[in-house]
Parts: sequence; structure tokens; C-alpha cells
Amino acid sequence: MSTIVLPKEIKGAHDAHGHHELSFWRKYLFSLDHKVIAIQFLFLSSFFLLVGGLLALVVRLQLGWPDHTGWFYKSMASVFGLIFSQKQITGGIILPEFYNSAFTMHATFMIFFAVMPFLMGTFANFLIPLQIGAGDMAFPRLNMASFWLAFIAGLVMLSAFFVPGGAAGGGWTSYPTLSAIPELSGVTWGQNLWLFSLLLSGISSLLGAINYITTVVNMRAPGMSWMRLPLPIWSIFITAILLLLAVPVLGAALILLMFDRTLGTSFFIPHGILVAGSPLTGHTGGGQVLLWQHLFWFFGHPEVYIMILPAMGLTSEILSVFSRKPIFGYKAMVLSMAGIAFLGFIVWGHHMFQSGMNPLLGTTFMISTMLIAVPSAIKTFNWLGTLWGGNLQFTTSFFFAVGFVAMFVIGGLSGIFMASTPVDIFIHDTYFIVGHIHYVLFGGSLFAIFAAIYFWFPKMFGRMMSERWGKVHFWLAFLSFNGVFFPMHILGINGMMRRIYDYTGYAHLAHLQPMNAFMSVCAFILGLSVLIFLFNLIWSIFKGKIAPVNPWHANTLEWTIANPIPHGNFAEMPRVFRGPYEYSAPNTPGDADFYPQNVPPPGFSSADPTAH
Amino acid sequence: MNTSITRKLSYLLSLFLIVGLMSCGKKKDADDEAGDAKDGAATTAVATVDMANGATISGMIKIDGAAPASKPISMDADPVCKAAHSAPVMTDHWIVGSAGEVANTFVYIKDGLGGATYAAPTATMTINQQGCQYDPHVFGVMVGQKIEIKNSDQTMHNIHAHGEKNEQFNEGQPAGTPVKEKVLDKEEVMIPIKCDVHGWMNCYAGVLKHPFFAVSGKDGKFEIKGVPPGTYTVTAWHETLDGKGMSVDQKITVAAKDSKTVDFSLKGQ
Amino acid sequence: MNLSMKRGMQWLCTATLAVLPSAVAAQAVPAKYPNHHWYSWWMNILPDTASTYAPKIDAMFDLILWLTLIVFLLVEGVLIYFLWKYRSKPGRKALYYHGNNRLEIIWTAIPAMILVFLAIFSNSLWSEIRSPDRFPKDAPVIRISPRQFQWDITYPGPDGKFDTPDDINTINQLYLAVNEPVQIKLNAQDVIHSFFVPEFRIKQDAVPGMQTAVWINPTKAGDYEIGCAELCGLGHYRMKGYVHVIARDSLDRWKIAQAPVPEAAPVAAPTTDSSKTSK
Repeated sequence: MSTIVLPKEIKGAHDAHGHHELSFWRKYLFSLDHKVIAIQFLFLSSFFLLVGGLLALVVRLQLGWPDHTGWFYKSMASVFGLIFSQKQITGGIILPEFYNSAFTMHATFMIFFAVMPFLMGTFANFLIPLQIGAGDMAFPRLNMASFWLAFIAGLVMLSAFFVPGGAAGGGWTSYPTLSAIPELSGVTWGQNLWLFSLLLSGISSLLGAINYITTVVNMRAPGMSWMRLPLPIWSIFITAILLLLAVPVLGAALILLMFDRTLGTSFFIPHGILVAGSPLTGHTGGGQVLLWQHLFWFFGHPEVYIMILPAMGLTSEILSVFSRKPIFGYKAMVLSMAGIAFLGFIVWGHHMFQSGMNPLLGTTFMISTMLIAVPSAIKTFNWLGTLWGGNLQFTTSFFFAVGFVAMFVIGGLSGIFMASTPVDIFIHDTYFIVGHIHYVLFGGSLFAIFAAIYFWFPKMFGRMMSERWGKVHFWLAFLSFNGVFFPMHILGINGMMRRIYDYTGYAHLAHLQPMNAFMSVCAFILGLSVLIFLFNLIWSIFKGKIAPVNPWHANTLEWTIANPIPHGNFAEMPRVFRGPYEYSAPNTPGDADFYPQNVPPPGFSSADPTAH
Repeated sequence: MNTSITRKLSYLLSLFLIVGLMSCGKKKDADDEAGDAKDGAATTAVATVDMANGATISGMIKIDGAAPASKPISMDADPVCKAAHSAPVMTDHWIVGSAGEVANTFVYIKDGLGGATYAAPTATMTINQQGCQYDPHVFGVMVGQKIEIKNSDQTMHNIHAHGEKNEQFNEGQPAGTPVKEKVLDKEEVMIPIKCDVHGWMNCYAGVLKHPFFAVSGKDGKFEIKGVPPGTYTVTAWHETLDGKGMSVDQKITVAAKDSKTVDFSLKGQ
Repeated sequence: MNLSMKRGMQWLCTATLAVLPSAVAAQAVPAKYPNHHWYSWWMNILPDTASTYAPKIDAMFDLILWLTLIVFLLVEGVLIYFLWKYRSKPGRKALYYHGNNRLEIIWTAIPAMILVFLAIFSNSLWSEIRSPDRFPKDAPVIRISPRQFQWDITYPGPDGKFDTPDDINTINQLYLAVNEPVQIKLNAQDVIHSFFVPEFRIKQDAVPGMQTAVWINPTKAGDYEIGCAELCGLGHYRMKGYVHVIARDSLDRWKIAQAPVPEAAPVAAPTTDSSKTSK
């Protein structure tokens, strides 16, 4: 592939917002600077990580002690009782409808307002211009709009807790007809707000995706060929394409469901629905319940990869830097991500094996699902290859990156059980799937996000995060994470259904209470570890050690800029001479174990623009 | 040029934000105000019941024809319910005495009061869920009157009220949950209330702006006291197996301190 | 911070993690479930099997369990070994190595082959259970129409036809004869429910507006529970039914005992023409 070497002006240097002092509002609130927007996304996602975590603890509290006894339950329930209203926790009892809202909103906040904006808001914004050598995003105003739309969407989602009927309680997948007919769920405005908020957040994602794709395609510095792109940029680029193709389908589905709820249409409501024994009024029927599932999962499965691909990219970067070794199989890494992205669009049916879909389709989707495990396996082996023969630096960031690999392996392997259609008959919609998704999204995505925050924090804030508290965070999180989520597989194999408020009414599940209690306590410790992380984050912004320009001795372009990074990023257009992973190369000048992308090779003459 | 656009945009966004935040706040306020209004509406411009001078309307509800037979409820659907009863429990849609007297009929003044509003009583109406049945099965409350819903069973019930004028609600009440308090704020006869966990459990609430209603007892008798002089439509309502209910109207004129009898005859099904 | 403090901190964390949850978890154990200990889940990982295909699904499960266990141990073992072997030491220099195409091909091809093999193997069992033309022929049909929050179960009665007066209706009580296959036709009345009997290893969504079907050949007499596996509202967790697998003659006796139930079919096909009636 030929390199695109177009002389480009550095964006920002000539703009009106170049060098004069900006007002507080323009500088920190309605900023057009990708770095500020990245940090805004960082705070937004951290806030919703807390909200989502709190809701998770509500769920775990109920599951740990479904008989509402014990000092631990009682004291925690009274603490939560202060946060939530009487309608949600009455007399120390978490009501079943609030339990439904809690797990629905937990998943919604974590997926759409924590993990996604961490990856595709914070790191996409921060890293794209810095790592490709651009002054800013292609469309700074779209960028700002993307953040503020996400912000408003988050507020709308939060407001659902305060409307009559409570927040949405139909699961994050919101299957009709439960989600389509308010009389059947008891949730009225909460579900409408959920739909509206996700629509806003979808538009925000689309604006971001357009921006990322345009920027990566058009604004790479001279010499930054496609095959010299750092892997985080590749992963974000591929993910942006996924977003662009998948989110509109979700948008359409959301709008149709909103019509069903508010205008009396029947896209998802079939004929002959009974509400408490009498025929449903106000709908003609004739809709298809499974249509929603097809539309939702056509978005929803790529969505899973939207949340894991950038995490893979970030991890690859961090593993290579701290192994002081080139990434093993760069091309294989890129190709496997592209493969995952493509296959990701043809596996959605594996969420629907037991839905009543034609069993023949089950076969088709099983084969594509089995195949999508292959690129994930390739990536895992390449990460191992990267560690092999390295000179491993045990930083907190590296711990979390290794934690990502270790946990992603478990998440990937447990996925094979569900890919096998006959085994899925038994474990579908049990806690097995809950365990699986958390190994992928918490042990996977969120560990990678933690790794990336520890890694890029020095460039974001000019200070280092505390390594000591970082290690405490890691060990607490790693151990308690496994304490919460590994037993979920066992619950699933015992037949414990997911989204169930009280399992002790079932003879074959009652004996699982002690294990559930153990998991719940681990969940509280996990919550504590996240609090430690957030305190470390905030404390380090003000009190952390001043960071050197390139604390990790990394090669990519962002580490060449002095802190704080000025508006417009690069004082002069950087020039790229090599790939991003030239660590421990034998011919490195000065016997260093890294060779930054922009350092000219010995004997290079800047007069000759073609020599590189 | 660029800066002015940005500034406008940022104003616009902050405006959205403020409006958004305010509307969030407002929703809560509106909720509270609605609550206040419920109490307020009942206390403003109220008529009072004159027990001493009012007329008394009483009567008897009888069935015309055979009553639909009761059937056993298969309470084995939930062992907790089954264990609460020693004898088989029969459906309670029609409770008819040997002489055809009908219980659980809601009798009320439907028309003739000229829309007068009366103060809601301070006494609360208690609905008990016991042995997976509602007690009472048919009841009347006034707009704004407090209703307490109690779960005496060791199983979960959900209270699913699907009225047409009053806001519907559907709330769970696991064993051990404290009583739930509800206030119905619009006139409506009748609001069906069901438990979806135990399909046979149903009851009906009549909500009126005046206190002139009664429910017939097992002897089929009812009595409405303190009725101001006037001409009224008195209506008897009884549930039907299809859940829609049937009603019979009668005209009646009463003077002060009158005592009049109105008997109703309901068609069996 | 010196090394020993660091070690101490890590130890403290580990000890806290191990002791605290167990202690708190233990306080809720004994009173209610006297026969179970916190470790008792380990005794029986998979529930009993009580249908013809349940052992086959378990065999498939075990196959995948062994395969993934081997891969898991290999990968995590290699990972831990590398972390130890290649930890930073003074004077160590990392290899300058960009990858190996032959290795890439090998570790693409081997997982691909294993997974395709799993898919083919799985599919023969899948079609045995689910393929419509492989449903047991002439097996009697039972209709289950779940609604919030109960299982309305209908047997066709002596005439073998549904929607006739001799239909047998029950709520939450499913009676089956041992070693006799039945077909179950599912159709939800309001929201999606999912018919789940762990011991039969069967799960199938019941969807409003369409019919789904499963078949069961129970192999063991006994009482089992039906759970709802698809979120169906606030009473989802309470939507419990019971399966009683009994001998043929007991089932016949039960049916005779149920037959005269004069109750109107609670599962009657829903009608939409609701004529207005006075209130």
C-alpha cells in the first residue's frame, strides 16, 4: 500500500481559537479541543461507572440475601434506602419492580454511558489526533456536539428514576411486548425516556464515528501509512465503521418501539394480546415480536465488539510498550480485528437460538459464531507472543493489560458453550451468560480501560497516578472480580435463571444462597476497588508526581509532545519514519530500547522529502 | 464568524441543559403538586353530609334466575396459597344466598347530586391479601381517601389496578413488605384490581366524589345514609364472569329524613 | 515505598478478600438451608437428567468443558510462565521479533478446525432435538400458554381435540407419563416467557403471536420445577410450575379425576371484538 504523504496544514495553528486566552466556558465546557472533550468524556463515563456500579450492588444485595435477613443485608439496605426512594426500597425490602429497573439500568449505564464513552469517547478523542500526528479532529464542532448529546442523553436516562412508574425494567434488551405495552410492565414514562435517551446517545455515537473515520483517513501526518498506524487507532477506526453501520439499525428499532408505545402502532405487538385476562385495547396487532430481537441484535452483537475491539487495541499498545518488544504479528492483529468486525455482523442470531427462530437458522448462526472465535484466538496467541522474550515492566497499567488477556481468555472460552446450540438450550438465559458477558466486558473492556487510564494519564494531566494505590486497585479488583463472576458460571450450570429476583423459591436453586452471598460480598469489595481507583484519579490530577514527557519510553507520537499539550498539539508537523512498535531494535541510535516514530534515521536529510 | 457560531451553539446547548434540568426538577414538583391537589380538591368547596336530616336509602339485591355456579380454585398453582386453606376454595364472583340474595354488589348514587364534592374521610380503607384472596372483594372509597394494601401471605402478590380514568399501577409486594398506601384521585366505577401471580385473585374498587354508596352484605342488604333531599339515579353494580360487570339503574326521589327502599334484581348468567 | 511494605499490602488485600466474604456469607447460611454447606454446589455441578436428550446435551457440555479446560490451562499457564520468565531484570534486553507467519497460520488453522468440528458435532444433536421433521411421530400434544405469571396448561381430553368442552385445564401443573414422548406447543398470551425445565435440559421461548414447539421424552419419574427463563415482568421470579412424571396408569387416573372440571377454558383463544357494555 502506498503511503499518503500530503503536506497538510496543522489544524488549530491557524484557527481563530489559536493562541489567545479562552474564557472558562470555551476552554473547559464548550471546548472544541479534542483533548478537553476526551477528558469531559472521561469524567462523564467515570460518573456513570459509579451509578452503574451502585445499581449492580443493589442487584447483588438482593441476590445475596433474598430473604432480607442478616446484618449485612439490613445495614446495606438502609444505606441504599437513603439513596433511593420509598417506592424503590420499602421497609428495607428491595421491591421486585425496582430490582428489574436496577439490573436494566445497570446494564444500560455500563454499556452506553460508561464502557462505550470510555473507549469511543475518551480514548478515541484523545488518541486519534495525537497518535496520527494531527492538530485536532476533522470536525471539532461535531466532536463537541457528540459530547453534549451524550451528556444530555445521560441526564435523560437518569431522570427516568424520578418519573411515576420508575425507570425501565424490561432488561437492557427491552424485548417487546413487555417493553411495548405499559400495562404489562407497570413502567410508563421510564421506558419512553430510556428509548429517547438511547436515541440521543446513538446520534452522539454516530457523530463521533463520522469524525473518527474522517480524521484517520485524511489527517495522518506525513509518513504515517496505514501499516504504521498504532493498533489503538486501527481498533478505533474499525470500531467507528461498526458504529456507523450498526447504530442506525438500533435507532430505527428504538423509533418503532417508541411509536408502538406512544402512537398506538403495532410494529412489535401481535394480534390477540391479553392484559390481565382481557384483550388489549388501543392496538390493532399484527406486529412481530421477533422483529425487535432481529433488529436489536443486528445492532447488539456488533455492539459487543464495539466494546471489545478498542480495548484490544489499547491492550496491544500497552503490552508492547511494557514488554519492550514489537507487537507480535502486527498484520495478523489488524486482519483479525477486521475479521471480527465483518463476522460480527453475521452472528446476531446466536442470541436467539431459543427464541422460536427457525432451528435451521440456528445452525447457520452457530457456524458463524464458532468462526468468530478464531480471530479472537489469533489475537490472544499474538499477545502471548508479544510477552515471549520480552523485558516485562510490572507497572499497574501492565498488570491490567495482562489481566485483560487472562480474563478475555475465560470470556472467550465460556462463549463456546453458548455457541454450541444444544448446550445453549440448557444454559441460555441462565447466570452462565451473565458470567460470560462480565468476563468479556468487565474483565475485558473495563480492565483494558483501567490499563489505558493508568497509561495515558501522564499525557492527559501532566502528572503520574499513584502506582502504589494502582497496585492495590489491581489486586482488589482482580481477585474480587473473579470472586463475583466466576461462580456465576456454576449458578448457570445449576439452572439459575438470569434476571430473577428470588431464586430460593425453587427447590433446585435454594442451596445456591451461600454462594450468592459470597459473590455479593466480593461485589462490594469490587465496588470499593473502583472507589480507590477514582480517588487515585482525582488525587493524582492535583497532587500526582509531575510526569516526564515520555514516562514509559514509548514510540508513538503523543509522547514526543511536552506537557501540557498545547492547543493544536504539534508545534510543527511531525514526520513519521517507522512503525509504532520498534522496541529493542538492534540498530537503535544511543542503544535505547525504543525508537520513536518521528526520530529521523541516521543520515536522514530533511531536505529530501521522499527519503524515509 | 467561527467564534460567533460556537458561542450561539454553546448558548443553545446550555439552554437545552437548563431546560432539561428544570424539567427534571419540574416532573418531581408536578408529582408533588398532583399529590397536593388530590388532597386539596377534596377539601375545597366541600359539601358536608347531614346525617340528622338526610334520607336513608336501603334495599335488597336479588338474583333473577340461577346464579353461575362457583368452581373450585386450583390453588396448587402456589403451594403457599394451598397451605393457607384446609377446604377447597371456590370462586367468589357470585356469592348468592339460598333465597337469591346477592352479596358484593356495589350500590351508589350515580346521578342527581349535581356534582357536589364531599370531604374524603380520614379513615383509611384497608385491603388485605390473605390466603391468596382479597378482603374485601368489592369496596367503595372516596376520591382522596387513603387506601392501605396489606400482604398477610408468605408469598409475593402484585397489585395491578387497571382503571381507565385513574392512573394504572402495577406494583409487587413480596412477603414481609410493609403496607402500601394508595390514593385514587378520579371518580371511577369500577376499577378492576388483579394479582397476576395468582390469576384467580381479583377485586373491584368504586371511587366516588361523595359518600353515598354501599356494598351489599351476605344477606343481600345495603343501606345508604344521610342522602340530601332530591331525585337520584341509584345504580347497583355487580361483576360478571367476563370481568366487564353489569349494572342496573333506578330513579328515586327522597325528602329530608325520608327512609326509602329500592330493591334490585340482577340477571343471572 | 519499599518492597516489603508492598508485599505486606498485597498480602493484606489477599487475606481480606479470602476471609471477609466467606465470613459475611457464612452468617446467612445455616438456619435456612441446614443440609447445604457453602461448598455443596461443587457436589453436583449439573442437575439430574430426566429426559432422553439430557445426557446427550451433558456429553456435549463435558466435551466442550474438557476442550476449553485444556486450552484454558495451556494459555493461562503459558501466560503466567512468561510473566515469571521474562520479568524485567537488570541487563535483560527484549528480543526484537516481529512475528512469524507460519505460527500465525498454525494458530489460525487449529482453533478453526476444532471449532468447525464442534459446530458439526453440535449440529447433529441440535437437529435431533429441534428439527421439526424429527419430532416423535404421533406423540400426544399438550398446549402451554403462559401468561403473567402462570403456566396455563391444556390437555385435549378424551376426544383428542383442543378447544372442546372436555379439555383438561390446569395452572402450573404439568403431568407426564414416564418414557412416553409428548409434544408441547407453546404460545404466550401477553409477553415472552420461556419454558425451562433444568432436569429435562429443555428451554424454549413462548412468544405471543406465534407458536413454538418442543418435545420431551421423560425418563425418570419424579417431581421437577418449571422456571420462566425470559424476563416477563415483576413476577418473573414467581412464575414457577411443577412437572410430575408418573406412571401411565397414574396419569390416566389423574386425567379422569380432572375431566369433569367444568371451568371455562382460561386459555380460550383471545377475542378482540369487545362489545361495549354498561358499567
